[in-house]
Amino acid sequence: MASHKSVETKYYEERERLYRGLVNLDRRAFLKVSAAALGATAGLIAPTSFTPVTVAQEPGPAGTASGESFRFAYISDSHLYEKQINDRFARGLMRAVDDVNNLDPQPDFVFYGGDLAQLGQPKELEFGAQILKNLKAPLKIMVGEHDWYFDMGEKWQDLYGPPTYSFDHKGVHFVVLNSVVEADFWTARKMTPMERMKTVAGLDNGTQSSFTVGQSQREWLEKDLAPLADDARVIVFSHSPLYKLYKPWNFWTDDADEVQAILRRFKQVVVIHGHTHQVLLNRIGNIYFYGLLSTAWPWPYAPEGMPELTVEMERSDPFNPTDGCGNGEVPVHADGLIDMVYNLWNRNPITVKPGYMRSWGKKDVPPAPNRPSY
Amino acid sequence: MYCVKWFGGRGRSGVAALTILVAMALIAGDVPKDVPRDEHGAALVKHQEQVLDQLLPKEPADGVPAGVDPVTWASLVPTDNAMTPERIALGRKLYFDTRLSADGTVSCATCHDTTRALTDQRATSEGIRKQLGKRNAPTTANAALLHVLFLDGRSPTLEHQAKAPIINPVEMGMADGDAAVAAIKDDAEYQKMFRAAYGRDVNYEDVGRAIAAFERTLVFLDSPFRRFLAGDENAISADAKAGWELFNGKARCVSCHPMSPSNPLGTDNRFHNVGVSARHQDFEKLAREALKAMADDPSEQRLDELAVGTDMSELGRFMVTHNRSEIGVFRTLQILNAGITPPYMHDGSMETLWDVMDHYNKGGEPNPFLDGGMEPLALTEDEINQVVAFLFTLTDDRFADENQRQFAEQKAKAAQKRPFRDDDMATRRTLGFEDRIKAEANADTQKGAK
Repeated sequence: MASHKSVETKYYEERERLYRGLVNLDRRAFLKVSAAALGATAGLIAPTSFTPVTVAQEPGPAGTASGESFRFAYISDSHLYEKQINDRFARGLMRAVDDVNNLDPQPDFVFYGGDLAQLGQPKELEFGAQILKNLKAPLKIMVGEHDWYFDMGEKWQDLYGPPTYSFDHKGVHFVVLNSVVEADFWTARKMTPMERMKTVAGLDNGTQSSFTVGQSQREWLEKDLAPLADDARVIVFSHSPLYKLYKPWNFWTDDADEVQAILRRFKQVVVIHGHTHQVLLNRIGNIYFYGLLSTAWPWPYAPEGMPELTVEMERSDPFNPTDGCGNGEVPVHADGLIDMVYNLWNRNPITVKPGYMRSWGKKDVPPAPNRPSY
Repeated sequence: MYCVKWFGGRGRSGVAALTILVAMALIAGDVPKDVPRDEHGAALVKHQEQVLDQLLPKEPADGVPAGVDPVTWASLVPTDNAMTPERIALGRKLYFDTRLSADGTVSCATCHDTTRALTDQRATSEGIRKQLGKRNAPTTANAALLHVLFLDGRSPTLEHQAKAPIINPVEMGMADGDAAVAAIKDDAEYQKMFRAAYGRDVNYEDVGRAIAAFERTLVFLDSPFRRFLAGDENAISADAKAGWELFNGKARCVSCHPMSPSNPLGTDNRFHNVGVSARHQDFEKLAREALKAMADDPSEQRLDELAVGTDMSELGRFMVTHNRSEIGVFRTLQILNAGITPPYMHDGSMETLWDVMDHYNKGGEPNPFLDGGMEPLALTEDEINQVVAFLFTLTDDRFADENQRQFAEQKAKAAQKRPFRDDDMATRRTLGFEDRIKAEANADTQKGAK
């Protein structure tokens, strides 16, 4: 394993050190720290730190209502097979990685929205991990059902650790959930791991259970959020939408109401999900929901239950397999709301401004698609 | 979409058509191989005009071209530029007139030479002072039937398109439209012709209109393949028939080159990155430079200069839309008459149709913007030969001799070298992106990934 660190990693590490150095700082030590920072900007030492004296103050505790704005990028739902079987999806993920690597300036981190693999095979996950290593910015990753149900998450956790976690970034509290927990439908039916995986991967089948976050994760979530003030900036990631859209396709989380109840006390919460492979927008009270694009294929819209706020993207071009696919960027604002940038590979990008969601679709309406929805 | 009549063409009985075809073949056969050429390699104007007289149908040139549905044709001709003999005659004169170039050596016909399939059959075109542009000249044959013009689609109409090369510094090099008008406005014959055609004095807009009206007479649809589609089983060879099957199937050509009675050109009139410019460009750097250059001067003329005369040519459609997803993306060319319009691709980088097939067979050159429809095809050598045989049946009968000559010449070249052939990629023994996924570089930043 090479010991190379990306510029961004070095930057964060050095800044971390700078902040640590500020604790119990007396005047003399303060000058020393700031001189180091200034030296960095003047090129006297390796210029990995761009933190001049003005930054030499502790950031507010995570979750304060207004803070630094920043931006992260996202990639989601690549559904990789082993490359000998299908290399088109691998090319899709490569393209997304290239897109993100070419963002200038680089995003603070890249969020991967789940379903890296198609059938949960260790080789599929390793292949995906190999491609994702090409990202320049740090990676944050979430699990999807296609990653999980062959070996019940063994390989995925081996690569990426526990699927449920939280982290703070520039005053925003991020929560990553495993929302694809299903009740055991396979033991009684004596299914093989592959049968179980393929059942979960299918649409329109009544065999499998519904996705849930589950009681233990809900308890964890409540505890994790407990220290935060009601006006904290909170962004939650879930693979399936944390609401009930269309059950036959598992565009659905069965205990969504309970999870929403936990989030209810906040002034506003952003929930970002994968799984649906399309431009998908919803708002339930204080919770703003955004679906992510896939790098593999776009799903059609559910035949019923579509949220009114959704600006439906056009039917994808059947002659262009990358049409309707893409990746994107998420600028996070000082008030905790986001711009959602859908970077569609074969079309003009769509940016959903917070004003659109805040005004229930009355203001900042994204330009109407020039072709009918499907 | 166009509607084209398929059975015998407009106003022709079968016997008459045959007579005309034979007559034309004889006439075309009369064209000497060693034609007198000018300093840019184009045939001399007098000779080009003779050839053109033989190519164009004897029926009134201002009418609907043979084989094109009159209603469709009407929709293609702008209302302010209806076809009249006066306009066509004026456009023809302008098309051949080198006075429209800054040094008096280049006309439209220099790069759209009637003796060279209405293109110049060279990789990229030569303008005034021997300057080379960056793009391959597409044929003006059937340009009237295209939805948008230029390889990046930056022009919506023939009228608009015709005005651009005259004022492009590496093509005809006039400073602006006024300079072009000044070069011809004292010519009494032009004064008379402009007045007869448009009822006005010499002006630049009407220069564009007249050339467009003339170009609308350059319709060449009468191919052996067309007769095959119309029911003549013997019009094309068994190999070509097999090639047609492959074209619609394994070779995937039809995805972007739909060929049907209603769309005989074989273009979807859309834009794709098929990985041609990927071979030699740093797209990202170029795109940033292009955005800066166009922010400094967003004019149409500047765009034309950058697209034709600089490396930014390789960005293709991106130059027009500034949309990242359209980097390296170019308009799908018509494939009618493809056999006689080498070299191929937007930069003329492929000498033969075998090279083109090799390129597509390996799934194009891998690059982040490659069209989603590009896949390795695993075509065998026999299958490649069959598709090429098919492509050579798409040439208009009036160019039959040139078609035969090109087939022999390209076949000989392909026997010598196949620079784009890559059987490993074509059969997926190696994948286009494999060398790029081996990075361990950032592994440490993602340990635990959170």
